[in-house]
Amino acid sequence: MTTESATFKPALSTVQRRGGRLVSALIVVTAIAAWQAATVFGRLENWLLPSPWDVLVSFTKPDTQNLILDNVWVTVEEALIGFATCLVIGVGLAAAMAAWRTLRSGLYPLLIASQTVPIIAIAAILVVVFGYGLAPKIVVVVLFSFFAVTVNVLDAVQSLDPELPGLLRSLGASRWDILRTARIPAALPGFFTGARLAVTYSVAAAVYSEWVGATGGLGYAVIQAANQFAEAQVFALVVVMALLGLAGFGAVTLVERLCVPWLRRDTYA
Amino acid sequence: MAVIERADAGSLAPARARGGAGAIDIAGVSKTYSIDGTPLRVIDDVNLHVATGEFVTIVGPSGCGKSTLLRLVAGLEEPSAGNISIAGRPMAERMNACGYMPQRDMLLPWRNVVDNAALPLEYRGLSRGEARREAAALLDRFGLAGFERAAPHALSGGMRQRVALARTALTGRTVLLLDEPLGALDALTRLDMQQWLLQVWSQLGSTVLLVTHDLDEAIILSDRIYVMSARPGRIVAEIQVPLARPRPESLVASAGFAGLKGRLLDAVRAGSGERDRK
Repeated sequence: MTTESATFKPALSTVQRRGGRLVSALIVVTAIAAWQAATVFGRLENWLLPSPWDVLVSFTKPDTQNLILDNVWVTVEEALIGFATCLVIGVGLAAAMAAWRTLRSGLYPLLIASQTVPIIAIAAILVVVFGYGLAPKIVVVVLFSFFAVTVNVLDAVQSLDPELPGLLRSLGASRWDILRTARIPAALPGFFTGARLAVTYSVAAAVYSEWVGATGGLGYAVIQAANQFAEAQVFALVVVMALLGLAGFGAVTLVERLCVPWLRRDTYA
Repeated sequence: MAVIERADAGSLAPARARGGAGAIDIAGVSKTYSIDGTPLRVIDDVNLHVATGEFVTIVGPSGCGKSTLLRLVAGLEEPSAGNISIAGRPMAERMNACGYMPQRDMLLPWRNVVDNAALPLEYRGLSRGEARREAAALLDRFGLAGFERAAPHALSGGMRQRVALARTALTGRTVLLLDEPLGALDALTRLDMQQWLLQVWSQLGSTVLLVTHDLDEAIILSDRIYVMSARPGRIVAEIQVPLARPRPESLVASAGFAGLKGRLLDAVRAGSGERDRK
């Protein structure tokens, strides 16, 4: 296929990959060191800006641990249900838009417009409508995340060689065969790109949704801790959110490796 | 399956008889596209006949509509006028009566070599295992033993074309339509592949209609050559190639070959000249 040259970029060499990891580690270490130095030499009170060390110490305290354990699963549940829903809606929209040109040209500008709406403001309205339960959180997560899935899947579907379906038909393929052997595999790389973005958005969106009205969750806990000027706890909670995002990112990447092995430049599959 | 059975009997020379319902009958076929409301005739009243077991080539200048003609025969497009029949069957059934191989190999990057070749078998309802086994047997005979599990992008251009032809052959159809199958290859690989293609053709015992703009290739491969004019494409000459088979590479240096090439070149030039006069 013509997409071949675009799809198969030469893989990074081992040296390049190790070099890349070294750069990431250096940036993180430098940032943390600078932060620590700023709090020590800048004489900042630790309720104003806690040092990385204060944050680390905070993780060992039972009240922080309890705060995290009491709230983390609420956020994980919202993020996961929202993420799963956004995958279904995102793929469904992309499939419908790929199948009907008129729908695509009508829907595309609306989807882009929907992304300019400040979703956090909608979240406040949703709380009024749906109350403090799970539903408004799921809606916020989906609104934040589906766009990345829809756009990437649609792009991938449209990258399929336009002559390929005709050729497969001449080889005896039914419409279902073409979907199964060509359209779906062609869409998978885009699906995973979208899913990787969506999973990190989902965690952030779940936290936002808790800000405007919730009885639990990491976002709720952040507000509680901030109100008590427990800044080290706030940062500890932020670290947990970041770890959740990374875990989701890693999980999607792992599934991608299993489902899309042809994107790795192996000579023998 | 069918391919392999035929090949066992296929060391016999394919039948070259003409007349009766041929493998391919094209009668009065025209094709007109509408470009911004203006009709553009790309193929004009083409009549063409290919007998069972025959190797026939269409040559013509770039853009003369020869690839379009092949797509019409394959059933990927409908003619504006005329009739196309494969093995005497009605026009509507032609897609399932012939195997089409496009210019680009269009192998699926998410399938390895054997699974690409096995596609038509899977579409016919064979299990993955059966399809693989049968495809692997043909790949073996096509000189691809040991590459069954390789990814398409790991192969050279010549090998990819072999896989693409194996995929077309595994449709089990005996009429093959090949659109510049060797067009993207370098000169030396191309000569090797011409010899290989002749060998495959005599083994499979299939009927071939091939499109090319390479005159040497047309002479080396064909029983007969149709010459198409510049757009709108019409058949301006039909040339028999009486050279004995098998035809080695060295044939291009012979006097008989040179004479044929001269006639063919004159016909192509005359066909392109039509456009200049208009």
